[in-house]
Amino acid sequence: MEKILHVENLHVTFTTYGGTVQAVRGVDFHLNKGETLAIVGESGCGKSVTSNAIMRLIPDPPGKITNGSILFKGQDLAKFSEKKMRSIRGVDISMIFQDPMTALNPTLTIGTQLMEGLRTHRKVTSEQAKKKAIEMMDLVGISNPEERLKQYPHQFSGGMRQRIVIAIALICEPDLLIADEPTTALDVTIQAQILELFEKIQDTTGVSIILITHDLGVVAKIADRIAVMYAGKIIETGTKREIFYEPQHPYTKGLLNSVPRLDLKEDRLSPIDGTPPDLFSPPQACAFAARCPYAMEVCDKVYPADTELSESHKVSCWLQDKRAKQLLALAPTN
Amino acid sequence: MLKYILKRFMIMLVTLWIIITLTFILMVNVPGSPFNSDQSSNETIKANLEAHYNLDAPYHIQYLNYLKSVATFDFGPSIKQPNQTVNDLLGRGFPISLELGLVTIAVAVISGIILGIIAALRHNGFIDYMAMGFAVLGISIPNFILATLLIQQLAVNLNLLPPATWSSPAHMVMPVLALATGPMAIIARLTRSTMLEVLTQDYIKMARAKGLSPWKIVFKHALRNALMPVVTIMGTLLAGILTGTFVIEQIFAIPGMGKYFVESINQRDYPVIMGTTVFYSAFLILMLFLVDIAYGILDPRIKFHKKGGE
Repeated sequence: MEKILHVENLHVTFTTYGGTVQAVRGVDFHLNKGETLAIVGESGCGKSVTSNAIMRLIPDPPGKITNGSILFKGQDLAKFSEKKMRSIRGVDISMIFQDPMTALNPTLTIGTQLMEGLRTHRKVTSEQAKKKAIEMMDLVGISNPEERLKQYPHQFSGGMRQRIVIAIALICEPDLLIADEPTTALDVTIQAQILELFEKIQDTTGVSIILITHDLGVVAKIADRIAVMYAGKIIETGTKREIFYEPQHPYTKGLLNSVPRLDLKEDRLSPIDGTPPDLFSPPQACAFAARCPYAMEVCDKVYPADTELSESHKVSCWLQDKRAKQLLALAPTN
Repeated sequence: MLKYILKRFMIMLVTLWIIITLTFILMVNVPGSPFNSDQSSNETIKANLEAHYNLDAPYHIQYLNYLKSVATFDFGPSIKQPNQTVNDLLGRGFPISLELGLVTIAVAVISGIILGIIAALRHNGFIDYMAMGFAVLGISIPNFILATLLIQQLAVNLNLLPPATWSSPAHMVMPVLALATGPMAIIARLTRSTMLEVLTQDYIKMARAKGLSPWKIVFKHALRNALMPVVTIMGTLLAGILTGTFVIEQIFAIPGMGKYFVESINQRDYPVIMGTTVFYSAFLILMLFLVDIAYGILDPRIKFHKKGGE
């Protein structure tokens, strides 16, 4: 399969008065063409920073990509100038934001905002741009498009606005779509509609999608592969099936256990005890060790290397290290 | 929209009527008369004027007469300036005052907005601190102090500009500078703070994600939203500039309306007091109305009339 995006050893820091926050600390992942990768993790684990880093939208200062590469179709975006990056944004890579209520400019018509990207990057007449805009409005399921292009954002509901945001992101036919919590601000029925829209769009355009979310329900619905992030690192990646049925990292297991289930008779959910580490001075070894029920001495001292469990399934945990099994064999049995 | 404008016009007329009434009440209650300090008063002229204004009649008759003449745009002859009607004085003074006012507003708004944008884009940088330091000075120095300082430095010491009167663009520089600095500083500070707020909005990030140039992001996406509060305070600033012109016109000996306004009060020149007050108020009310209309044009969310549904 063709890799459209390959992020290697990405580091992002933010300089504040209180010190330097190491928001992303060596993230590796790749995305195949036409695939949906979900990046999941709790608030503050660096998933949004990672996606903003790919778009090079991290405000500098205070933010900075300190190390690593972002290979998009073989070119390293981390080394691009701001001007060169502008020709990538909205054309090759687009982004969808969390809150559709604030993502649209209240003083410009939907038509203006929709056609703007097209008219900036492609040589089109206003007639062609309008035709394309109407086509996009149709694609995302907004009826009466010609009429609605003249309206302002406040004349649309939240779900409709998110459809428009998606249309704006797709109008230049990008190869990669980054959706940063695209359904978090919507109510559940609208969520389902938007997720179906994503599936439809992927079928018709073949766009690759990175989906940033903390909602495992959303992941289960549309992701092909999943990357689990914790404290600025990816700790486990695998196909949807591997992560949901055979989670190996204790954090992934904890995350899945804290989702309410209809098939189990439990009164209470089981949360993961403790809090995420302070990213001003994150532990050099496994960041989850302090909260991990299976933590060993080595977990506090050395960061575990990736263990490949299958071609697609990788985990960073000492419990899965090849040598752990040998140790287990040495352990006295009683 | 048309219905809204008609309704506003009715309200404007009521406002004007209240102002006329209050001014009339104040005027007749101020001690003294236009003829008190008059040495050269001609008995015939005095008798004619008293007859014209019915000064012997009870106040309510005078008041009704006055309303009638205002309705026909006839403010009557001046008592102190012989052979001149109030309309003559307004016709001579108003164009000059208007010129001063408009140039001042243009300078204040344009330079204030530019200064504010630059300060916001160079947030917490050297230019930002310079601009905001300058703005604090501009707000805190009263215009008459600035005017005298300017005259002393630019006209007297350096001999660069004419110190007074109103005839060429060079004559405009100092009065406009003195009058515009305060409003400009206020606009700059406001533009900066709203601009900073707008620049952190999601739709700005979205505009960047579309790959737009910084220029387009600032002027197409940010500025229009940042200007709303500026438009809101424009009404107050206009009133400030208007009253500012009285003082500035006095200092620079500009033959505008302000001069007649102040003189008429000192001399108890009743028809001129009434005429200038009514004229100034009508002008200000009209400007405020225009500001409201501009607000609606800038922000499509503001509706002038209620429409069911949406």
